[in-house]
Amino acid sequence: MTKDPGRSGADARNDAAAAARAAERDRDLSLLLAVLLTLIGIALLGIYWLALNEAEGPRLADLALGLVPRTGVDNPVTAVLLNYRAYDTLMELAVLLAALLGIWSLGPAPAGFQRSGRALAAMVSWVVPLLILAAGYMLWVGGYAPGGAFQAGALLGAAGVIVRLAGDPSAGLPGEHAQRALSVLGVLVFALVGLALLWLGDGFLTYPPSLAKWLILLIESAATLAIGVALAAAYVGGRPATAPASTLASGKAGARTEPTGEGN
Amino acid sequence: MTTLLILFDVLLLGTLLALAFAAVLSVEPRRAVMLFIAFGLWLSLVWARMQAPDVALAEAAIGAGLGGALMLAAARRAARVRRSEANGSTMP
Repeated sequence: MTKDPGRSGADARNDAAAAARAAERDRDLSLLLAVLLTLIGIALLGIYWLALNEAEGPRLADLALGLVPRTGVDNPVTAVLLNYRAYDTLMELAVLLAALLGIWSLGPAPAGFQRSGRALAAMVSWVVPLLILAAGYMLWVGGYAPGGAFQAGALLGAAGVIVRLAGDPSAGLPGEHAQRALSVLGVLVFALVGLALLWLGDGFLTYPPSLAKWLILLIESAATLAIGVALAAAYVGGRPATAPASTLASGKAGARTEPTGEGN
Repeated sequence: MTTLLILFDVLLLGTLLALAFAAVLSVEPRRAVMLFIAFGLWLSLVWARMQAPDVALAEAAIGAGLGGALMLAAARRAARVRRSEANGSTMP
């Protein structure tokens, strides 16, 4: 938007008319949106009302709860996520990976924050190990109580966010190659287990009950690492800094990210 | 006891709706993100009240915590871009 000082009155009048037309169009659009949203709301209320008044029929919940002992875990939520609907969880991990690839494709990561002061650094050195420990606990406890890979991965990601806020531009993540390997680990292990079971004749992601616990633990461990890395890398907000050798090749991008936080 | 619980639920839901409207209707991005984080934390309370501790954990950790941190960073970057555009420079 450049302001031209030598602008004639006719131009200004034309601008005003165009602005009025645009405002009218905006008003029409918002009216249309309001009507559509109201209709959707009424439809949702009707569906909700129908569901409330529906007669008690056969539901899947009883069947699902009855079969939980055969899933290898005692927590019904984990049983649904990693056994009954393991395919959905695999796709969720793929969505997370795709989101991370999208963020990486936006360009190199911006510089980090300035180095933390002493008090924050001391807190970080306490909180981050605790978060990692809590993530391990969360992963293990998911077998029989609320918890699991996504919560554990979120804790790992939170540790990365705190480390970046305290001044580490890479959020405590390893180098580029290790980051790429770790972020696909969840989908890779999940798919490999599924394919191995398919090859053994059990069907894709249909665990044999005797092995289910350990297969689920294996998948969840890999998924926790992948989710933690993906969330922390998403907070970094750009392609990871390349290895020193290639930094020399693309010197400009490296030089921009190198002096972390001294400016701001 | 039941009336108390109903009162609690009404308070819970009313605050949730108020936070949601405030977050959606606030013009300033930073303020909207703060309200969204408050909304996420409050929503995790609602999930806990509905006896879904798994969802409550995920909502608090991912929805409010990490999502909030990501959106705060995005709002900061958007504000920086807008400021540099207002200054007339073409490079963000």
